[in-house]
Amino acid sequence: MNVNVQFTPATTVAVARHRLRSRHRLVSAGLALLVLALEAVALTIGDYPLPVAEVVTSLLSPFTGVTDPASDFIVLGVRLPRAITGLLAGAALGLSGVIFQTVLRNPLASPDIVGITTGASSAAVVAIIVFHATGLTIAISATGGAVLIAALIYALSWRGGVTPYRLVLVGIGMAAIAAAITSYLFTRARIFEVQQALAWLTGSLNGASFDNLGPLALGLLVLGPVAAILYRPLASLELGDDAAKALGTRVEVTRLGTLLVAVVLAAFATATVGPIAFVAFAAGPVARRLLGPAGNALLPSALVGAAVTISADLIAQHALGRNQLPAGVVTGAIGALFLIYLLAAANRSGRGG
Amino acid sequence: MSQNHQLSATDVTLGYGERTIVEKLSVTLPPGQFTVIVGANACGKSTLLRGLARLLAPVSGAVYLDGRAIHQMSTREVATVLGVLPQTPVAPDGITVADLVGRGRYPHQGWFRQWTATDDAAVASALQATDTLDLAQRSVDELSGGQRQRVWIAMALAQRTDILLLDEPTTFLDINHQVEVLDLLTDLVRTQGRTVVAVLHDLNLACRYADHIVAMQGGRIVAEGAPAQVMQPGVVKTVFGIDSEVVIDPVSQSPMIVPIGRHHRLKLAVPAE
Repeated sequence: MNVNVQFTPATTVAVARHRLRSRHRLVSAGLALLVLALEAVALTIGDYPLPVAEVVTSLLSPFTGVTDPASDFIVLGVRLPRAITGLLAGAALGLSGVIFQTVLRNPLASPDIVGITTGASSAAVVAIIVFHATGLTIAISATGGAVLIAALIYALSWRGGVTPYRLVLVGIGMAAIAAAITSYLFTRARIFEVQQALAWLTGSLNGASFDNLGPLALGLLVLGPVAAILYRPLASLELGDDAAKALGTRVEVTRLGTLLVAVVLAAFATATVGPIAFVAFAAGPVARRLLGPAGNALLPSALVGAAVTISADLIAQHALGRNQLPAGVVTGAIGALFLIYLLAAANRSGRGG
Repeated sequence: MSQNHQLSATDVTLGYGERTIVEKLSVTLPPGQFTVIVGANACGKSTLLRGLARLLAPVSGAVYLDGRAIHQMSTREVATVLGVLPQTPVAPDGITVADLVGRGRYPHQGWFRQWTATDDAAVASALQATDTLDLAQRSVDELSGGQRQRVWIAMALAQRTDILLLDEPTTFLDINHQVEVLDLLTDLVRTQGRTVVAVLHDLNLACRYADHIVAMQGGRIVAEGAPAQVMQPGVVKTVFGIDSEVVIDPVSQSPMIVPIGRHHRLKLAVPAE
């Protein structure tokens, strides 16, 4: 890098930082465009063929007053809520996942691995099978289940402070217990209830509507900025507890605060669309790979999460002709391959353990 | 930087859980000097350093920074005066040198205070002091052990603290890199008047570089003072449980400890080959 010779030392540092910032902007902008493009595709393709012009007219109809009941129903009533749900749920899962992975310093430690979504699922299954709940009640129990299992994991990991390693181990154990509860209920339930519960457990955007999007949208609106503010202490936490504390970071407060944000995001997303597999797990590593050394992975991970969820839903709806799949099946299949790839990559660089 | 803050411990007891490692220890670290803590494995030297660095809360007693109990001060306020390089810091995957060293500016930034030219200047001078400016855009993963250690020291330097504590900064380094790192720490003391405290494994390097040596055994301080006064065969015997000859280091005139193993006892009288 002989080009640096002409710079003063401070300029060299400024240039190095500037390059990282430009790359970060480029990656974020690219991902945002990708998400927009996917949203556009989601609005235009479907069983009921609609020309692009009509889709645009429908989208603008609340402002222009030009209405067409048929296409407005398809675009504003079916496709738009589904596309927005995918966007919000994917973003929340992606953001939640990358926060978990950063706080716990472990690329495998996403909320779907350490028990948060499993806790939400068990609670939802209890609601469906034991209390014959529907709709909003299922969503509320799922949220409660996620928060409850997170609190249990945190409490059981506490020995005058928590270490990331212990949190991961306790989390995996709790996930197994929660999964066992789900399995037990399945053996006791009637087949119709099991079917209903299984449909929920796969995670899908089939039931998407604006009516039940409120908590998730509000959650992202509030917790997104909170996560952005918490990024700097989180970044020093990445250097290890001792180094973070040496830099003046309040380690336990930061860890608890960021995990709380991540748990609530995962809980709301899961309550809204069910436990769509692997989005929270894969978003962070994919975003980091795109960013290279360019730092703050929060926004890019949220965008990757959104892009993965929307495209998985598109594939699930349209890839197999008339046979529609739940989005969770597609993310599960892709995610499993990605997990194998990550483990292989970790083994190559000697971090596979 | 040379207002010289003072760090001391009074009757401090440190440990992990039920296990007490350091008991009722008192020490004052001379300001503007290079203090080295030595001792055998598990003698409590790293534990003492972690206590002094407020990374470990004392069971009883207290650590004082300028007369105030350090564990009662805000951790960020401490971080503007006292820098610490822990034994095993973690470099996030793929992070660049400039980014990592920039994290040392954390205590000087508020929630909404943006990165400024002052931060650039602080990072630049830390990189210069550690001779790592050329590496600014490199990834930390691809550096040699010596370079990496210098980068971590640069991060602690970017924090611009008067006192710097380092836990075994030369372990795992080749001898040339060990000397490089210790020379750098000596520069900080001599030219900038900072207070440096390090835990070191190598007794002879400790004697050569320290202004003040603290020798520990079983969680207690056995001897303390200038290396020439402290490093007697009796102290080495107490601290490391080994017989030794202490000669004068031909390069630095500091004491040099020559350990005597079972196989060499008889050859003592024979001149070296």
